[in-house]
Amino acid sequence: MNPENYIILSAILFTIGSLGVLIRRNAIVVFMSVELMLNAANLAFVAFARINGNLDGQAVAFFVMVVAAAEVVVGLAIIVTIFRTRRSASIDEPNLLKY
Amino acid sequence: MTELMPAEGVFSLIWLLIALPLAGAAVLLFGGRRTNAWGPYLGILTVSASAVLGWIMLVAMMGNSPEERTFDQTLFTWVSVGDFQANMAFQLDQLSMVFVLLITTVGGLIHIYSLGYMSHDRDRRKFFGFLNLFVGAMLILVLANNYLLLYVGWEGVGLASYLLIGFWQYKPSAAAAAKKAFVINRVGDVGLSLAIMLMFITFGSISFQDVFGSAGEASEGTLNAIGLLLLLAAAGKSAQFPLQAWLLDAMEGPTPVSALIHAATMVTAGVYLIARSNAIFNLAEIAALTVVIVGVVTMFMGAIIGSAKDDIKKSLAGSTMSQIGYMITAVGLGPVGYVFGIFHLLTHGVFKAGLFLGAGSVMHGMNDNVNMRRYGAIRTVMFITFITFAAGWLSIMGIPPFSGFWSKDEIIHAAFEQNTLTGILLIIGAGITGFYMTRMFIMTFLGKARWEEDVHPHESPKVMTIPLIILALGSVFLGMALLFWGNIETWLEPVVGYESKEAPISTGVAIALGLLAVGIGVLIAYLQYQRKPIPVEAPHGSWLTRAAREELYGNQVNDALVVTPTLVAAKAATAVDEKGIDGVVNGSAAFVGALSGRLRRYQTGFARSYALSMVGGAVLVILALILVGAS
Repeated sequence: MNPENYIILSAILFTIGSLGVLIRRNAIVVFMSVELMLNAANLAFVAFARINGNLDGQAVAFFVMVVAAAEVVVGLAIIVTIFRTRRSASIDEPNLLKY
Repeated sequence: MTELMPAEGVFSLIWLLIALPLAGAAVLLFGGRRTNAWGPYLGILTVSASAVLGWIMLVAMMGNSPEERTFDQTLFTWVSVGDFQANMAFQLDQLSMVFVLLITTVGGLIHIYSLGYMSHDRDRRKFFGFLNLFVGAMLILVLANNYLLLYVGWEGVGLASYLLIGFWQYKPSAAAAAKKAFVINRVGDVGLSLAIMLMFITFGSISFQDVFGSAGEASEGTLNAIGLLLLLAAAGKSAQFPLQAWLLDAMEGPTPVSALIHAATMVTAGVYLIARSNAIFNLAEIAALTVVIVGVVTMFMGAIIGSAKDDIKKSLAGSTMSQIGYMITAVGLGPVGYVFGIFHLLTHGVFKAGLFLGAGSVMHGMNDNVNMRRYGAIRTVMFITFITFAAGWLSIMGIPPFSGFWSKDEIIHAAFEQNTLTGILLIIGAGITGFYMTRMFIMTFLGKARWEEDVHPHESPKVMTIPLIILALGSVFLGMALLFWGNIETWLEPVVGYESKEAPISTGVAIALGLLAVGIGVLIAYLQYQRKPIPVEAPHGSWLTRAAREELYGNQVNDALVVTPTLVAAKAATAVDEKGIDGVVNGSAAFVGALSGRLRRYQTGFARSYALSMVGGAVLVILALILVGAS
């Protein structure tokens, strides 16, 4: 199978993820969309590793996974805290930090 | 050229002459209130000790032959940069010797007098500290062996005069007078510093020995430039035209200060500078001629101002201007005049100190009123002041055998030797001197009492009258003593040079003409002020009187030529600063502020709009990369 198809799939997934971040209001869904973008990037890395025939892309994919895991911990903690104080997971309501 | 003698024996103490008054000043000024009780006595002691030391040195100096009377004492190298070298070194010769004696002796008498005159002043200690500083600075000036050290003394004198003229600084007029004296002196100081730089460039040295030794090698243009710059300096310190305006305002200081400035220190510095630099002026004809012109012009200006002022101190100040004009004229005449300029400086120093202190004694008894129109008949209540003032009066007019006669007559005679016109002008000046001094004497001591109602004049205490008596004795005998018993020409000749030329008129005729002029002046004053009653309010007067009361519009000229243009320039500079420079700075700050006010509106607080701008930015970056990669 042509590895370029994986690149196309990765682009589709990334677009879906970014649209999810921009459009959805629920913080959990936004968060999932961010994860989708990260994994789309991972897919692209791995596909490029395959096309180029070396392991650089694979290595970077592992780094992204580690960073994503750490990010999930912090991000979920923030979301949970906000939910506790405001009884809502809407991303539009906490808007105090502005001009 | 006389050879330099090492300073040995009593002359190894030359530095002590200066150190004593300066140490006194330091103790009094840094010691604070603790020294209040005994401070004034310390001030008198230090100056008197310097005077005693000076007289001992005079006796020792007379023991040497005339060629071996220049003593040089180098303490240490003060400044040494490349070729430039200035030493902390002093030179005592016949010229500095007479100055040292004048400064310390007359200065000492003024110190003693101040003890009585300032007895009621709260800041008496500070006053004596400043007086000591004044004497110390003046001694540095006359004892320096190079121009840079002379400049130190020159500036020290300027500082001390500023402090003393403004001693009653709570009076706005005194504060303004002090500032004026300082600023006008600064103009002269520029002349001196430029002259010193020019000397260093021309001769490669600034010590008297080197400069005078190689003066003949410089071009005449350079020498004239140096001479004119030195004249500018002398005009500032000695209140000569066109820098004369500060002297009359300087009367705002306490009267002993006026005596010190006008007799022993300060205004004599200019005469000293020119006499000391005789090697330059002898070769610079244009500069020497300018010196004579400045001297004669100032002599007339001072005399005319002195004739019209009703304020006794200002009238005396005009008289000082005039007499210093005589001295400057004399030293401008060249070798025929140097010794007589210095001679007149000495006699004037004594009788003018006596006159000023006498005026102070009168003021002391008249509740500090200075208006001579409210004086009159003071001879009846202040006999000692009357007699001593009379001695000064006869002396300054040049009546034989008083001191002023000998010195003024010699100057007039020397002027005839050089230039008949100058001689005639000086004789006319002597006539005006007779007029204004007689006017002052009649208005103050003779006639009917025109006192204000609550005034009870009384003779001053002994501490004031004894210095007056000593100075009066000097006014009577000093001239004779210096000309007959000790020969002033031979004494000063090795330093300043002396030659006598054929004069168009004989000495006897010169004396007769001088006395005739003085007699006419006295007669006019007698008819005007003794035979007629003196009105208490000043009459309107002729145009000349009114101009003289306005000090011949010297202040107005200064205002128009210097002060107003300076103020206009300052205002323009302020406008450029406030409108231009401040405008650019404030404008850019306002621009940045307004811009950031707009930009912060984009911080909406909505996380999704931030995400959109990030995505949009990323898209733009990618598009840019694609475009760049494609081309």
